[in-house]
Amino acid sequence: MNGAARGASVSLADLEKKYDRTNAVDGVSLDIRSGEFLTLLGPSGSGKTTTLMMIAGFETPSAGDIAIDGTSVVAMPPYRRNIGMVFQNYALFPHLTVEDNIGFPLKQRGVPKAERTKLVAEALELVQLPGYGGRYPRQLSGGQQQRVALARAIVFKPRLLLMDEPLGALDKQLRENLQLEMRRLHADLGITFIYVTHDQEEALTMSDRIAVMNDGKVAQVGMPEDLYDRPCNRFVAGFIGESNFLPAVVRDLEDDVVVAECEGVMVRALCPTLRPASGSKVTLTTRPERLRFADAWNGNAPQNRMSVTVTEAVFAGERCRYLLRATDGTSIVLKEPSSAAIRRRQVGDQAEIAWSVADTILV
Amino acid sequence: MSEAVLRERGPLARIGLMSGPEARAPNLMPYLLAAPLIVFMLAFYAMPVVAMLMRSVSDPTWTVANYAALPDDAVFLKTFLNTFYTSLIVTLVSLLLGYPVAMALVRAPRWAPITLVLIMLPFWTSVLVRSYAWMVLLGRHGLLNEALIAAGMIDRPLRILNTPLATQIAMSHILLPYMILPIANALRQIDPSLLRAASGLGSPPWRTFLQVTLPLSMPGVAAGVLLVFVLALGFYITPAMVGGPREITISMLIAQRVDQLDWAYAATLSAVLLATALAIIGAFYRLPGVGNAFRMNAR
Repeated sequence: MNGAARGASVSLADLEKKYDRTNAVDGVSLDIRSGEFLTLLGPSGSGKTTTLMMIAGFETPSAGDIAIDGTSVVAMPPYRRNIGMVFQNYALFPHLTVEDNIGFPLKQRGVPKAERTKLVAEALELVQLPGYGGRYPRQLSGGQQQRVALARAIVFKPRLLLMDEPLGALDKQLRENLQLEMRRLHADLGITFIYVTHDQEEALTMSDRIAVMNDGKVAQVGMPEDLYDRPCNRFVAGFIGESNFLPAVVRDLEDDVVVAECEGVMVRALCPTLRPASGSKVTLTTRPERLRFADAWNGNAPQNRMSVTVTEAVFAGERCRYLLRATDGTSIVLKEPSSAAIRRRQVGDQAEIAWSVADTILV
Repeated sequence: MSEAVLRERGPLARIGLMSGPEARAPNLMPYLLAAPLIVFMLAFYAMPVVAMLMRSVSDPTWTVANYAALPDDAVFLKTFLNTFYTSLIVTLVSLLLGYPVAMALVRAPRWAPITLVLIMLPFWTSVLVRSYAWMVLLGRHGLLNEALIAAGMIDRPLRILNTPLATQIAMSHILLPYMILPIANALRQIDPSLLRAASGLGSPPWRTFLQVTLPLSMPGVAAGVLLVFVLALGFYITPAMVGGPREITISMLIAQRVDQLDWAYAATLSAVLLATALAIIGAFYRLPGVGNAFRMNAR
């Protein structure tokens, strides 16, 4: 398959979908670039699948517009949109062989039989299932079925591929293999991928950009490391990875760093989006693995420090997980890479923790 | 063979069709649970049927003459062909009318309860009553003729009652639920995402119907066709009441001969009818496409 085919760009403008009284999708605007791997990430009911279904054409928007390569497709039925789609339950035709399943989109496009056979064989090669053409879907494992569904979705060289939780039904090992395979496929084909998942780890691993969705709206769009390092609201901080939330009161602003009083000490935090007034109550967030006990920094302990009491200590193999209590009673989680050389803390120990300003975000 | 007896064969045939692979471990419980019914069926169904069929080879003495005479029996041949032809027409009409109704039943779930009641209402009414109703509708001074005359479309009443057409109309009506329900059941089992997938892959709705919906509903179509055809073969009351005097069916012929106390001939015809039905059921099992479809259904 030639990888020169350029991907489609997709533009969602104030997209809405109303069901009876509720808004499943409530004003989504998103520009997806040509050749991008974009993931719609969110909990169930966040509107991510509905958004995908509207792009595919299976749902009609209540308001707003969907443009593919600048042309509105809202009035176009799905069978004219020329979009590849992979479903969570694979949706392979049970009465057709693997070969006929993959050949299905080619047949609809009037591709002659000889060429169809050739393209199907290539697609099977691409998903690493050569020689499986004569089998029926029910004779394949879940992972194999998903590969066939993938082959079927790309065999007609669409410029846009939509995937609705395609790995949801597979076990962890297989899921991780297929994640890597999909990344490779994305790189090889050069087409635009829009991927829906509720699995934040999957989204972080695979995507160029992630749009985090909540309550029918886009909570934040950005590259995986942006979302992880600089979540712009409490929902994103809580949904992607684990976060500590510390209540604080703003005391001062220095450029883009805010100085806030937190658990009786002054803590500095980045505020990428908000400009809070002095004296306002805010929430600071930090990642458990970016906190360290102060003495573990070897004298280079960063600015933010706090005294805590260890209330729980769990050894989990590659890391130790501590539950700490700050002076005002806020619970803080700290994850430390385990090493026989590091002294393990006991429940009841007093300690000081320290972490970097860059790892502290005001949300 | 009476209609009641034949109607009992419907569900049995269906069970035979739909059952999966036989149970592996010998567990006596199912047999114990089924024992009362088995005893009942043996005593009141199998015994009489066997006794009746025996007459075809034992009356007046042990002989196969009754069967040997059939190929040269013009009345039998004509009746047999007519029965087959009627069943075929009724099956076709039921299929053509029933498939869209089954689609509507599944695709418009909001209306499904009402549609279902409309389908089942005649089903719950006695065959006798329904046949009388058709006599009222199709008769010389029936509703249909009166309406057509009133509308000025015809001058003299059409002769519909007591023709093969009347039999075909009435039987199709009575047997329609047997076609609709298995097809609707098969359609309901089609994963809606398959239809979306087909559409997303570039197939317009009518092609999706031909390439996905229709083949996947074949188990239901096969079951419906089989039920309607086999039931139609043994129909008695309806053709006897609304059908033509010349175009009689096998079951009418059987009844005639029983009236004439020609038990041996009646038994012979019954055996042929039963064998034909069984052969058709067997053939359906073996049809390659349908067989596949059945296996798929059992998945």
